[in-house]
Amino acid sequence: MTSFLSQLDPISLLSITLVTATPLTLAALGGMMCERSGVVNIALEGIMLTGAFVGYAVAFATHNLWVGVLAAIAAGMLIAALHAALSINFLVDQIVSGTVINILAVGITGVFYRNFIESQNTAGPGTLPQWNVPFLSGIPVLGPIFFQNQFVTFAMLALIVIVHFTLFHTVWGLRTRACGEHPRAAETAGINVYFVRYVNVIASGALAGLGGAYFSLQQIGNFLPGMTGGRGFIGLAAMIFGQWTPVGAFLASLLFAGSDQVGSRLQSVFHVPIPLQFLGMLPYVLTIVVVAGAMGRAVAPAAVGRPYKKS
Amino acid sequence: MRARMRIDWIVNSILVPLVSVAAGFVVAGLAVAATGADPLVAFTALFEGAFTNRNAFAETLVSTVPYVFLGLGVALGFRAGLFNIGAEGQFYIGALTGVFIGYSIRGLPFFIEMPLALLAGMAGGFAWAAIAGFLKARFGAHEVITTIMLNYVAFLVANYLVDTPGLMLAPDVSTPRTPDVDANAVLPIILAGSRLHAGFILALIAVPLVWFLIERTTVGFQLRAVGFNQGAARAAGMSVGRTMVLAMGLSGALAGAAGIVQVLGIGRHMTDTVAAGYGFDAIAIALLARSNPWGILPAALLFGALHNGASFMQLQTDVSADLISIVQASVIIFIAAPAIVRWIFRLRAEGAASIQITSREAETPV
Repeated sequence: MTSFLSQLDPISLLSITLVTATPLTLAALGGMMCERSGVVNIALEGIMLTGAFVGYAVAFATHNLWVGVLAAIAAGMLIAALHAALSINFLVDQIVSGTVINILAVGITGVFYRNFIESQNTAGPGTLPQWNVPFLSGIPVLGPIFFQNQFVTFAMLALIVIVHFTLFHTVWGLRTRACGEHPRAAETAGINVYFVRYVNVIASGALAGLGGAYFSLQQIGNFLPGMTGGRGFIGLAAMIFGQWTPVGAFLASLLFAGSDQVGSRLQSVFHVPIPLQFLGMLPYVLTIVVVAGAMGRAVAPAAVGRPYKKS
Repeated sequence: MRARMRIDWIVNSILVPLVSVAAGFVVAGLAVAATGADPLVAFTALFEGAFTNRNAFAETLVSTVPYVFLGLGVALGFRAGLFNIGAEGQFYIGALTGVFIGYSIRGLPFFIEMPLALLAGMAGGFAWAAIAGFLKARFGAHEVITTIMLNYVAFLVANYLVDTPGLMLAPDVSTPRTPDVDANAVLPIILAGSRLHAGFILALIAVPLVWFLIERTTVGFQLRAVGFNQGAARAAGMSVGRTMVLAMGLSGALAGAAGIVQVLGIGRHMTDTVAAGYGFDAIAIALLARSNPWGILPAALLFGALHNGASFMQLQTDVSADLISIVQASVIIFIAAPAIVRWIFRLRAEGAASIQITSREAETPV
């Protein structure tokens, strides 16, 4: 038994799970800000891809990873602002608007990747450094999992707390939820629904943009076309499974990320003869099952997806 | 009053799409200029690659064929209020089931063998998409998430089946692929010296068939009723859930047809690599056609030309073929937000409802 445990190496398993849950959680938090204010955001995938690209390109050009991270966030906010304008001002179906951004992201990153990055032979900017939090990183089990990480993962952990606090313990959060539940009533109470929705959609762009930085600046230190691989959509599913709450979404993200890891461990450690492709399917199938299973009990913000027309 | 409606129709169905396409090229041109290349040179290459000689135009038509089926599929879903974003996965599953029948059943005459493979492909696409329809009808799982996830699963299923000896991997091949389909399943070339195959004729037949199905049959009526107002459809005694599964399935069957027609007309077998992009293209085509089957033809031709011209442009000018994604996205923006086009032309805003895909009530959260 002990040899099994040591082979499975649960601490590294949990540690890797936390790291791979990072972009999922950030996408889920972004989706949450957006949907709590009444705007559906299926553009998270495209926003992350844009963030990944712009973050890498800027880090490449400036030789500074941190400027790259900031650029990824800014790019996410910018493209999310387009989603906000289309769905809030122009009353475009929010699913259509999100799809537009997903397509646009493929196009923009593809065109600029080919012109500026693919041909470069110089070394990339590398990856964000690993930080060991003094003292805390020495704690057995918890230390290696939570306190020896790279920047985006630390930021993700902090943002769970921040988003939770913002949504449920501040006036802004109350206004946000009011706009998502009953925009007409919110406006009657003197809340500027358009403004609240704009800010939240753009905030979701910042979160997803940071999630994009995970792929290019934290994970591999390079950009590849389509590197987000559906993680934005899985993050959206995590948000639903987590009942539109930050902690719930985080736990759901851990579940999705863990399913990825456990599968590959089963094969490499226990030599369970599962074809590689089936292991690859696991997170996607689990997402489908979870979205189907959670939907009956999930209570979405009442006005989510509906364009609001000022009277 | 009639004149007023007529003007509205012209604006919505002709002017808005035309302006949208033009605006799409302007936006894409700006992107090209931002990369430092000359947009005019790029677009000239795009046009040359798509049209200027007989073979280029034939190739454009070859690219148009799958787009017609895919666009029809997504449009059919839209009419039922379903956003089928997973046409690409259904395309591959359709190609997979069709090619399986095409190479395992041999020796039948063309008029049986080819339709059999085609039907098998459509059945595969139907079943794959119906999963998402069922999950929506039974559990309320939003089809945008489930169809995207099913895309990834479909790629991996295809990869597994084509890569594994004893399953669909052809014996004695250097790169993994399925065996070739029976010669009698192959769609013949209809323009000598080109790759233009009889799938083009099938696509031309599919357009009126789908129009008839949507506009003139009971199934089509139920489908539109569910898309328009689920509550009213239910009150009228229709089974909303069953209609959703059927609509999603039919949408997938058309995507599956695109996949198998591509195999029977061009490749004759499937490889384990997948080229991404068909699903989003299909959405752009359906939106551009405003979900009208007849509108699918010009929209598919446009995207066929873009697709074909883009590869030539990439070779000639080093501007990435992904440029057409920018054209697409911009086109959809202007199509979906007629308010913008109307604003450009200073038209009055009445009657300018933006495209509404998702039905208003009984909406499931995303």
